Amino acid sequence: MTQDIYLNHGLILASVLFALGLFGVLARRNIIFVLLSIEVMLNAAGLVFVVAGAKWGQADGQVMFIFILAMAAAEVSVGLALMLRMYHILKTLDADAAGRMKG
Amino acid sequence: MLELLWLIPALPFAGFLVLAIAGRILSRGGIAAVGVGSVGLSCIAAFAAAAEFIGQAESGHFYVQRLWAWLSVGGFTPEISLYLDALSLVMMLVVTFVGFLIHLYSSEFMLEDEGYGRFFAYMNLFVGSMLALVLADNLLLLYLGWEGVGLCSYLLIGFWYKDPANGRAAIKAFVVTRVGDTAMIIGLFLLFMNLGTLQMQELMRLAAERWAVGSGLAVAAAALLLVGALGKSAQLPLQTWLPDAMAGPSPVSALIHAATMVTAGVYLIARTHLLFTLAPAVQAAVAIIGALTLLLAGCSALTQKDIKRVLAYSTISQIGYMFLALGVGAWSAAIFHLMTHAFFKALLFLGAGIVIVSLDDEHDMFKMGGLRSQLPAVFWTFLIGACSLSALPFITAGFYSKDIILFYSLASPLGNRLLWTAGVLGAFITSLYTFRMVFMTFFGEAKSHVHRGPGMRMTVPVVILAALSIVAGFVELPHSLGNIRMFSTLINKALPAMAFRAGASEAETTLMAFAAIVSLLGIFLAYILFYEKPRYADSLANILPGRLIKRFWSSGWGFDWLYETFLVRPFVWFARTNRDDFTDLIYLGMIWTSRGLNNMLSLSQSGKVRMYATGIALGAVLVIAIAVFL
Repeated sequence: MTQDIYLNHGLILASVLFALGLFGVLARRNIIFVLLSIEVMLNAAGLVFVVAGAKWGQADGQVMFIFILAMAAAEVSVGLALMLRMYHILKTLDADAAGRMKG
Repeated sequence: MLELLWLIPALPFAGFLVLAIAGRILSRGGIAAVGVGSVGLSCIAAFAAAAEFIGQAESGHFYVQRLWAWLSVGGFTPEISLYLDALSLVMMLVVTFVGFLIHLYSSEFMLEDEGYGRFFAYMNLFVGSMLALVLADNLLLLYLGWEGVGLCSYLLIGFWYKDPANGRAAIKAFVVTRVGDTAMIIGLFLLFMNLGTLQMQELMRLAAERWAVGSGLAVAAAALLLVGALGKSAQLPLQTWLPDAMAGPSPVSALIHAATMVTAGVYLIARTHLLFTLAPAVQAAVAIIGALTLLLAGCSALTQKDIKRVLAYSTISQIGYMFLALGVGAWSAAIFHLMTHAFFKALLFLGAGIVIVSLDDEHDMFKMGGLRSQLPAVFWTFLIGACSLSALPFITAGFYSKDIILFYSLASPLGNRLLWTAGVLGAFITSLYTFRMVFMTFFGEAKSHVHRGPGMRMTVPVVILAALSIVAGFVELPHSLGNIRMFSTLINKALPAMAFRAGASEAETTLMAFAAIVSLLGIFLAYILFYEKPRYADSLANILPGRLIKRFWSSGWGFDWLYETFLVRPFVWFARTNRDDFTDLIYLGMIWTSRGLNNMLSLSQSGKVRMYATGIALGAVLVIAIAVFL
């Protein structure tokens, strides 16, 4: 029983986090905050894995979370590098300013 | 020697290939050597084959040379094979010999023309196609030659393509003959469907076995072939292309009108004569069409100004005589007239060509006159041709061939008084318009002077043809005059002998005398009207009915107007209206839809990352919703 409650709580928390992150991605124009929001969404997904692993008593969930961490680190490093280039070229961090097509 | 029969059509084709490929490199002399030489060699080969064939005629009446199987599809195996019998022999000799003379003539006539090589390439192809047509063993090969001839006539009529009027004339010739060709190919389908072969001798044998006289299929097949022949031979109602075909150079007119093309229809009917005897109604139609055509075209010839158009209408009229002969079952008479006509009509066209060139491209007879002293050689030869055309009694070939036709149009079991009357009336008109032309061109006062006379290569063919226009008649003389039957004896090996009613032969002399008088009367009237007292002709043409009739006749009995109004214009109108036709709407709709979708999709590609993210999110929600709720 208690496990189901943990599960539900965990899933609700994850959903809230995911929704917050999504909102951040869609609503913020500053690209740093967009990147941060993506991190939040990633962690929401990771939380679901951990909660599910706890529910069925298996280590797979936590293993997946470590994968996600590693991937997030890689993603952030690439993202930050792109961000630097973007700032270098556009002199702004506004994501919409990068909407110009054709180079 | 007969094994070399294939050389006869192959040589002109080879000449065509050489000229088509190397025509630009060769000098004019080289082109003439190839162009004239190929037909000349073919002519020699034809004569050698003829000598051999006649020599061994006792053993068999035909010779077949199988070259190779054309194709083989489900029991349908037409062969490229040649068939030589008396009929195709005569045709072959006429085509190669007259064709050779015309080529020789053209080698000088076209010398100044820039398209010298092109001209001879077409001419060779023309002669080659015609030879394929007459030597074909099956109807499919015949049809190939038939279409080849049509194509070449198109190319040659429109030879001076820079003038759009010539192009129009060429297209007209092509389209009008196409009407006939379509009927003919349907006829071939019909024959093949019902008899299972297109090999002509086999076809005739099976048709005679399976079809009763007057049965529906026989009538349909004969009628369809007849329409094909009408188109090619410019008979009513498909005759309108021929006067316009004068747009081509004069040697082309000679070739189309004398040796090739227009005689193809006569040949086809003679070749498939069995079908026509199986369909008496159609054969009667052949005679009636011939009689009508010869009268109508004769009247039109009477009112033309252009010397070549007079000759064009006279060709239609003379082919009408041949159809009349075919219609009354006088097969060999038709072929005999075809042969003599080939000689004298080629002569007249070549002579007219010399006149036209000498007067710097002047076609109008009203601006000619008095050429008798300026072009004596042309005058005498032209006069011989004209005499032959108007059937001057006893000395000309045209008299003998026309006389046989007139005799049989009355004496044959299929003939009757009406056909004979039409024929005699036509003979009268023929001599009238022929000598109108002669008097207007060569007599009277000179209205323009000759710029240059013809050279050797133009004079020699004309002289040879003039000689033949007289001599060729003596191979077939009527009972009352020597009774020589060389020609019909030869032809009767391929075609059934001509029959006539009992007791008709007594009337032959009377009929002949009558025809002779009529012909002389026509010449005499022409003499009075157009030489002695031209004001009679003028006043006749100036009173109101005379003027109307003249305009009506000179426009070819309004056939052109009729077709223009009821066929060409509505068709052009329909084509123009239908240019944006509704079937196009389907394809246009596809274009519009995809272009709209493209616009919508390219709107979505805004470059705004957040929009993309929104799209992804909404898409994910949608997919999940579908997965959960459905």
